[in-house]
Amino acid sequence: METQTIKNKETSTKVTEKISGSEAIVRCLIEEDVNIIYGYPGGAIMPVYDELYKYQDKIHHVLTRHEQGATHSAQGFARISGKVGVAIATSGPGATNLITGIADAQIDSTPMVCITGQVFSHLLGSDAFQETDIVGISTPVTKWNYQVTKASEIPEAIAKAFYIAKSGRPGPVLIDITKDAQIEEFDFSYEKCTKVRSYNPVPKTDVASLEAAAKIINGAKKPLIVWGQGVILSEAEEVFKAVIEKAGIPSAWTILGASAIPTSHPLNIGMVGMHGNYAPNKLTNECDVLIAIGMRFDDRVTGSLSTYAKQAKVIHFEIDPAEIDKNVKTDIAVLGDAKASLELLLPLLNENKHPEWRQKFADLYDIEYEKVIKNDLYPTKEGITMGEVLKEINIQSKGNAAIVSDVGQHQMIACRYAEFNKTKSNITSGGLGTMGFGLPAAIGAKMAAPDREVVSISGDGGYQMTIQELGTIFQQKAAVKVVVLNNDFLGMVRQWQQLFFDKRYASTEMVNPNFVAIAEGYYIRAKKVTKREELADAVAEMMASKEAYFLEVCVEKEDNVFPMIPTGASVSDIRLE
Amino acid sequence: MSTDKQLFTVSIYTENNIGLLNRISAIFQRRHINVESINTSPSEIEGVSKFTIVVNMTEVNIKKIIGQIEKQVEVIKAYYHDDDETIYQISGLFKIKSELLFEERQIQNIIKESNARIVTVNTDFFVLEKSGRKEEIVELHNQLSEFGIMQYTRSGRIAITKEEMKISTLLETYNN
Repeated sequence: METQTIKNKETSTKVTEKISGSEAIVRCLIEEDVNIIYGYPGGAIMPVYDELYKYQDKIHHVLTRHEQGATHSAQGFARISGKVGVAIATSGPGATNLITGIADAQIDSTPMVCITGQVFSHLLGSDAFQETDIVGISTPVTKWNYQVTKASEIPEAIAKAFYIAKSGRPGPVLIDITKDAQIEEFDFSYEKCTKVRSYNPVPKTDVASLEAAAKIINGAKKPLIVWGQGVILSEAEEVFKAVIEKAGIPSAWTILGASAIPTSHPLNIGMVGMHGNYAPNKLTNECDVLIAIGMRFDDRVTGSLSTYAKQAKVIHFEIDPAEIDKNVKTDIAVLGDAKASLELLLPLLNENKHPEWRQKFADLYDIEYEKVIKNDLYPTKEGITMGEVLKEINIQSKGNAAIVSDVGQHQMIACRYAEFNKTKSNITSGGLGTMGFGLPAAIGAKMAAPDREVVSISGDGGYQMTIQELGTIFQQKAAVKVVVLNNDFLGMVRQWQQLFFDKRYASTEMVNPNFVAIAEGYYIRAKKVTKREELADAVAEMMASKEAYFLEVCVEKEDNVFPMIPTGASVSDIRLE
Repeated sequence: MSTDKQLFTVSIYTENNIGLLNRISAIFQRRHINVESINTSPSEIEGVSKFTIVVNMTEVNIKKIIGQIEKQVEVIKAYYHDDDETIYQISGLFKIKSELLFEERQIQNIIKESNARIVTVNTDFFVLEKSGRKEEIVELHNQLSEFGIMQYTRSGRIAITKEEMKISTLLETYNN
């Protein structure tokens, strides 16, 4: 092989060499600078695993305990690093187990490439062992997918996969590769993809609409910005901060926008949406100009659309044309990459301070503090609150940890109270609300950023959906800090049952195992806290640990998350109790 | 923009790839929209396919659907038009017993008046073809059905727009 490569180099500029499809797959990943992948072997993907064995000094394969875990780890990896996460699985059940993670990545715009093995091409459609139509199944939840049946298609398919996953509005791509294509030999060469004819990932910022937007913003008396993950995905954090500081605009975030600017920034006025902060929700219906940046007006953000910001002129900065007017009618749409658009916007803006308008946010914050925040962070009643656990984590992390949450009450509390100094630090399942996301996502995040403190926060429900990934933590020596806020309930559903179903707690009570014993079974240091006096020391011990650490905190069983906008209500009807 | 439902012809220019039909129909399915008809064919540009889909929905919603179709990687461009903005045709085929052609005089008149074409005749049956608007095919069907139709089928709509599509120009801008 070596001599052939050299020979080819002499005769042509395009170096090719005869290798198998499976080796080509691994070489393509190396060409795309992939050094960690998450997956699970099986019959139809074995040739690729054989090559991964040979190339293990270049690519570290992480054996998760379930294929769903592989996708969430790849997502965590992508979310903290901004790179493409990679998950790999066999055909049939291996492939179908990826679907939840793929759907999650699709709705949360996470760049991910999934590679699945498939039965021999002559068996396609014959109900062969472990055959499933994964291309058909994954179509509605992928940005793009493709089935490879010839080895020669592999380089182009994988190059396209990485380009499509990462460019424009990112998303998951699945490449299904038949076993014969993995075995077949062909002349390999690799070229990165930089263009797909029918695909226009980033619309050019239209200067006229930008100028019109600037004019409206400059004339606004009560402007409000709501930003989303688009600011993080386009790495627009610095210019975004410059924009809000120059124009003096109070700015709130969607759940996936969290951490783009520090929590402590004076113009950061908190989270919008169902369990967001009081002031930004309430004042959404008082602002005169609503500036949405890289967000998509999810129903959990807007509440009832017919009463959402009707008084305001709406300006929408967005990369995906399909989002314009999808939920909220905009007055001005500025299509394009958030960073590019904000850089053009900045010089057009007048300096402003809006002191009276900002005071309104401060006043409403005081109300929320008295009614909710104080009791969450400094409770006087006996049981431990989820909020005080977050407060202790903040004290120890000094706001520098990445917080990976699962889905439910603890997630809302984590997003409300976690302090962030660094961007890409809030990793959670926003759009799909996937219970079980947190633990494997934290593994991926820790492996992508080993120098960062990564704290996984789950409830007792979601934790048990992917609890087997403790095995991955142990095998990989991933120093993830695992916190379970245990209320022996599926807390969010229980909260709804209490508020809207007359306390009929149908199947929300959890009879839980000995979580400490389970963690210790995986040789992970573990502790359980039941009393407030023990909490601070336990959190400090966990955060000081150089290795993985499991901390179970038994919290008040029937606490509710407030504020809350009930389903179908207006954002301004947000309830404090 | 009208919030009443009406017929729209959706024209989608795409790469010619397996799976795209599934991807596009899934977008309608997600919103619980029943597709009236669907046709795929090559387009005026080599290597570019064209979907012609007819749906009955509001303009507000068809706009959103067009956005979601266009964002599919292999879709080059999607348009929607109402009936006044397109020239469209469908085609119907009728299989009828040959003896009726001789026994029922009326049938010959119907064929003549409707401008239908006899595609084939043999001892057992003959096949009629009629192209035109849906109403014309339906009318012909109604007239023939009293004599007995052995088989009947109607195609999906194919349509040409009065407006220029400029797909070639678009492809050039994508390539630069």
